[in-house]
Amino acid sequence: MSTTEDNRVAPPADLRDERLATPRDIADHVRAGVRRVRDGDLGALPVIAGIVVIWTIFQVLNPTFLSSTNLVNLSFDMVPIGVIALGIVCVLLVGQIDLSVGSVSGLSGAITAVVMVRFEQPTWLAVLAALAASCLIGWLYGQGFNRIGVPSFVVTLAGLLAFLGVQLLVLQGENAINLPFDSTLVKFAQLWFVPDWLAYTLAVAAGMGFSAAGWVRARTRRRAGLSAQSPQWLVAKSVLLLAALLFMVSYLCRTRGVAWMFVLFVALVLALNYVLTRTKYGRSVYAVGGNAEAARRAGINVRRVYTSVFVICSGLAALGGVLAASRLAAANQSAGGGDVNLNAIAAAVIGGTSLFGGRGSAFAALLGTLVIQSISSGLTLLNLDSSYRFVITGLVLFIAVGLDAVARRSRQAHGRG
Amino acid sequence: MSTGTAVPLGNTDTALSLRGICKHFGAVAALTDIDLDVAAGEVVAIVGDNGAGKSTLVKVLSGVHAADAGKIFFHGDEVSLGSPAEAHAMGIATVFQDLALCENLDVKANLFLGQELRPWMLDEVAMEKRSWELLRELSAKIPTLDVPVAALSGGQRQTVAIARSLLSSPKVVLLDEPTAALGVAQTAEVLNLVERLKDNGLGVVMISHNMEDVRAVADRVAVLRLGRNNGVFDARDVSSAEIVAAITGAADNVVSRRAARHTLAQREEKEQP
Repeated sequence: MSTTEDNRVAPPADLRDERLATPRDIADHVRAGVRRVRDGDLGALPVIAGIVVIWTIFQVLNPTFLSSTNLVNLSFDMVPIGVIALGIVCVLLVGQIDLSVGSVSGLSGAITAVVMVRFEQPTWLAVLAALAASCLIGWLYGQGFNRIGVPSFVVTLAGLLAFLGVQLLVLQGENAINLPFDSTLVKFAQLWFVPDWLAYTLAVAAGMGFSAAGWVRARTRRRAGLSAQSPQWLVAKSVLLLAALLFMVSYLCRTRGVAWMFVLFVALVLALNYVLTRTKYGRSVYAVGGNAEAARRAGINVRRVYTSVFVICSGLAALGGVLAASRLAAANQSAGGGDVNLNAIAAAVIGGTSLFGGRGSAFAALLGTLVIQSISSGLTLLNLDSSYRFVITGLVLFIAVGLDAVARRSRQAHGRG
Repeated sequence: MSTGTAVPLGNTDTALSLRGICKHFGAVAALTDIDLDVAAGEVVAIVGDNGAGKSTLVKVLSGVHAADAGKIFFHGDEVSLGSPAEAHAMGIATVFQDLALCENLDVKANLFLGQELRPWMLDEVAMEKRSWELLRELSAKIPTLDVPVAALSGGQRQTVAIARSLLSSPKVVLLDEPTAALGVAQTAEVLNLVERLKDNGLGVVMISHNMEDVRAVADRVAVLRLGRNNGVFDARDVSSAEIVAAITGAADNVVSRRAARHTLAQREEKEQP
């Protein structure tokens, strides 16, 4: 490269600092990625590695674990917890916690069943009633937190107890209310699959959408005089994504296929990811989690952000509860009790969401739930009871948080925040 | 006590005027009866000892704390500064002493925090481009905008905070100890920057402990002592000793005694053979 060439083409506005090393080809990108990981910026790598390890172990112990049938079941079973974990990610991002998601999900399942079965109202009305009641609960948490100043830990702990009671009241002493098997909800949660051709089309559309978005982004950046990722790198990533999606679809389609419920979950993850990363509101959520006082001085209505996040969390917990009841085809007294709370919180944290606010993403819920449900499914296949599941999930949670703590120290030492 | 030549209050082209501002925190009167005027294209330095009420005054002006009593005029109109957003929308930008940055967000997210372009589909490209323009204008030494602010040095953070205050083209800029954490070159950069703001017709209020910095850029120096006005001086014809006397409340103070001791010692040294 000659100096005259350098003078002719001004470097992009963001790459003019001479201290900056910029990747030029795919090999550079790979090297930069390795360096990032070594510095402690692990991203989703630990949880993906964890999934690989867990899947390998269970596959060795029981060869049906990675069978198409079992993975289809896994894709169903992970949705309720996954949806609840999405809400937990939101409250964790602002540095708060919601301990009542289990109770709220159980309550909303009960409300749905009562409205549908006892009052014989249409399904949509039942679901709407459950969601509305739960959003109201989230709003109340927000008021208790903002106006009275009760820590979120306590507000939602009170909610955990109170709404467990309300759930029992709503069920009026009945152990369980069965949902009719021919109702839309039950069919959606047990029987409805995306037709094979549509599943493949969706996979291809996702891959093409990814590359198109990347291409448009690179073009606008270049036009604005900023650096953009190289076309080869974009093509490589798109092809990789497309291949992974097509493989997943074809594997699931060997038996029952891709469940609509799973598609709903993925759509929710993508929607939340968009809101968190591409909107002003999402920016304010991260800002409040990072430094609430700074956010307030920047003109962000911090109280409104807190309230909105509690509402989103309770709303998603309610949706998770409705889906769990549909999956069971019943709303019972123990729904949402036991380990639902802790599994949802553990999923968000295992996926890489910080308990101290300001770090995490919607994909954390997806990956973390996959870990938790894989453990649960694998142990069920091995005929081991839930005692082992608790112990192993606890260990995995500890490893995840410990790894994050170590990585955080390394990040700070290497100037990656 | 008030020494020096107090400049008459109530200029015709004042950007910002305060009359009788009071602020209490419980039993403590942090500010009592504060008057202050800032004209467009003027740098007013506010000096005072620890606990004199400088930072409280900045917080009142930036809308973080509401004043208990008193009036605030912005370009001749009486205004109320109920919230940071209100003050900001009016054209009063503040760089706080603690910088008020979100350490988990990257540089450009911090610059545009609360004023992002295209709220429902963030225009990252335009924001990044504008960020680079702004930082280059300030000759900022920040190699990349993709790192979280937690990874930047103190001086770099100060630059980011100042750049953020200029983003919305304010009319008055409040700087709370802008040079306290900076190296020699960066201090000079910030002082250059203050002069550039002044030349562009902005009113600048600068809080500082550093007399050199104050005398280098300020047009007027307002002294606070124990939450009250203690004199406004013309920066061109006031000596550091006079300012220190106003800050400490006496011509005979710890600073002057130290200086006297020092000169005495030097004289004795010279007199000895």
